[in-house]
Parts: sequence; structure tokens; C-alpha cells
Amino acid sequence: MAEGTGEHGGGGMPDPMHQFEIKRLIELEVFGLDASFTNSSMFMIIAAACVMFLTIFGMRGRALVPTRMQSVAEISYEFVANMVRDNVGSGGQRYFPFIFSLFMFILFCNMLGMLPYSFTVTSHIIITFAMAAVVFIGVTVIGFIKHGIGFLKFFVPSGVPAPLLVILVPIEVISYFTRPVSLSVRLFANMMAGHTMLKVFAAFVVGMGVIGGWAPLIFMVAFTGLEILIAFLQAYVFAILTCIYLNDALHMHH
Amino acid sequence: MPQLAFEDWAPQLMWLAISFIALYVVMARVALPRIATVIEERRDRIASDLDEAEQLRQSTEEAIAAYEQALAEARSRAHAIAQETRDALSREVEAEKMDVEKQIAKKTEEAEKAIADAKSAAVANLNEVASGAAETIVKELIGGKLTKAEVNKAVSKALAS
Repeated sequence: MAEGTGEHGGGGMPDPMHQFEIKRLIELEVFGLDASFTNSSMFMIIAAACVMFLTIFGMRGRALVPTRMQSVAEISYEFVANMVRDNVGSGGQRYFPFIFSLFMFILFCNMLGMLPYSFTVTSHIIITFAMAAVVFIGVTVIGFIKHGIGFLKFFVPSGVPAPLLVILVPIEVISYFTRPVSLSVRLFANMMAGHTMLKVFAAFVVGMGVIGGWAPLIFMVAFTGLEILIAFLQAYVFAILTCIYLNDALHMHH
Repeated sequence: MPQLAFEDWAPQLMWLAISFIALYVVMARVALPRIATVIEERRDRIASDLDEAEQLRQSTEEAIAAYEQALAEARSRAHAIAQETRDALSREVEAEKMDVEKQIAKKTEEAEKAIADAKSAAVANLNEVASGAAETIVKELIGGKLTKAEVNKAVSKALAS
């Protein structure tokens, strides 16, 4: 729901995709690479800063009986810790900081995107794909370190007659390699679709005026609630799938 | 679609790396260990408090058990004392009663003996008076003389019939 003063596309309607545009705030070039500080960079920094603020400033009291903010920090810690314990099991504690950072980063990027005039970092495929690729490559490397070449057995389902393996092994390999795609597209598409929808309906509210605009406005209020739920849910889904992939790599349960 | 503007990918990736690595380092080095210690301390504290509460509860139960035992002992002792006293009293009463009964029996015996003596004495007197009277009556009536033995015999015979 970013950018109230949208650029006008054809037909006088605000362009719903305008909110996803990257604006270079500071032009920068490092080693010949474009490293400009953009609106996306700003919201990534804000999200990371919010997580740090919550977990460090919120815990400053280290109280036995927590304050509200400390409670939130502890609840998020326990939430992710339980997720890791339940889904990764033994050996998962080492990766807990990564999964916690991943979950909180995505959650805050999604939630910050719900503020008017803000920018949704996770609505860009390159961001979600980069995170999914890090998870995918990391998990694969962990699998090979843990099991050596035996990790390839992961693609061979046990207890299946040999002729069927000819079909099943390629399917397993394909499903393994589509993991980063599905992981990244799921988050990106949810974020983009939700925000586009909100923008389209916001345009309806304006377009239909004082008399007819109420219906899309009511829909928007309800849909904003749903979007907040989705913002949390998608962060959760991303984190839990990361846990499940890690569990596959560590324990090779199939 | 702004998402497919390739010239924007490099700066996004760059800043994603910067912000996420910074976040990860801060979380892993500072924030998460701190939260873990706080939660751990709270858990320990609660566990030790529960332990203490459990100990206190146990000692309370011990105290209650000791109190109840003491109470039961005191009650049984009181019961024993009461029983003893009752026994002693009844024994005493029994002895007293026996004594009194013996005395009564003795007195009764004495009295009976006195009555018997008095009766036999009276009977003896009666014999004498009767025979004296009989002798006199016989003398007056028939003027004859009777031996004392004959009179006594007749009197005894008359008294016996």
C-alpha cells in the first residue's frame, strides 16, 4: 500500500506497480559494481535495525519478569528456537542464529511494507531468490560435508524396485532443484500480489467517489488484515521450509 | 514490472548482503546469547524456587506427621491413665465392699447366735416355770405328791406335742 501519489498509467488510474520501483537515493559504485543506496536498501537497513533494536534494546533490562518489549524479544526467540528444535532436531542449534535472523529479517521487511508510503523489500524476486539460493546452497553444502558423496542417496528413495528408480530419481532431482525457485517465488509473489491488489482497490475507492467508494474501502480494511497475516505467515513458511531442508541435509530422512 | 529491471539487481543484492550479514553477526554474537542467558536464568530461578517450595512442603508435612504422632501418643497415654485409674478405683471399691460384707456377715452371725442363746434360755426357763406350775397345780388339785422327775417328763411331753 505504498506511495499514495502514484504515477498515472493509461486511463487515469494510478499504476499499481509504481510502488515497487527502485529509486536510487545515493549513487554509489564499488569496484565497478552498482552499489547505490536505494529505497530498498533503506528499508533493509531499517528492518535489520528494528530487529537489533528489539533484541538488544528490548533485552537491556535482562529482567526476571520481562517488560513488554523484552517479552516480545523472548517470545520471538522461543518461537524460532521451538521451530528449530521441532523441525531440525539434533545438530540444529548451530544454525539457530541464521534461521532466527532470516525469520526476523523477512518478518520485519514484510511488516514494514504494510506501512503507507513504505517499500516492501521482499516484493522483489531478486531479494527472495538470493535468500533462497543462500539457503539452498548452504543446505546442499552441509549435506555433502555431513554425509560426503553418500548425500546423493538422498535422491534414491529406499524400498523402491529398480525399474521405478529410473523414473523416480529424475523426479527427486528436479524436485530438489526447484526448492529455491518455489521458496523464493512463494514469498515474492505473495508480497507483490497483495500489495498490488491493495493498490488497485485503493484506486477503486478514489475512482468510485464518495458514493460508491465505500465497498472497496471496506474490502481494503479487511484485506489489510489478511495482508498482515500473510506477512507473518510467509516469513514463517520461509523459515520453516529452511528448517525442513536443513533437517533433510543433516539427517537424510526421506 | 520493476522487479525485472536488471540494472537494479546489483544494488539490491549488495545491500541485502550488507544488512543481512550485519544482522546475522549482531544476532549470533550479541543478541541471541544474551536472550538465551536471560531465559536460562529465569528457568533456573523458577526451578530452584520450585525446589525450595517442594522442600518447604516436605518439612511442613513432616511437622504435621510429628504433631499427629504426638497427639496420638498423648491420646493413648491419657486413655491408659484413665483406664488405670478406673481399674484402681474399682479394685478399691471391690475390696471395701468385701470388707463391709464380711463385717455384716459376722455381725449377722453374732446376732443370730445371741437370738439362739436367748431363745434356748427362754425355752429352759419356760420348762422350769411350766414344771413348777404343773407341780403346784397337781398338788392343789389332787393333793398328791409327785416326784420332780415325773412332772418334768410330763411337761416335756406336753411341750413337745
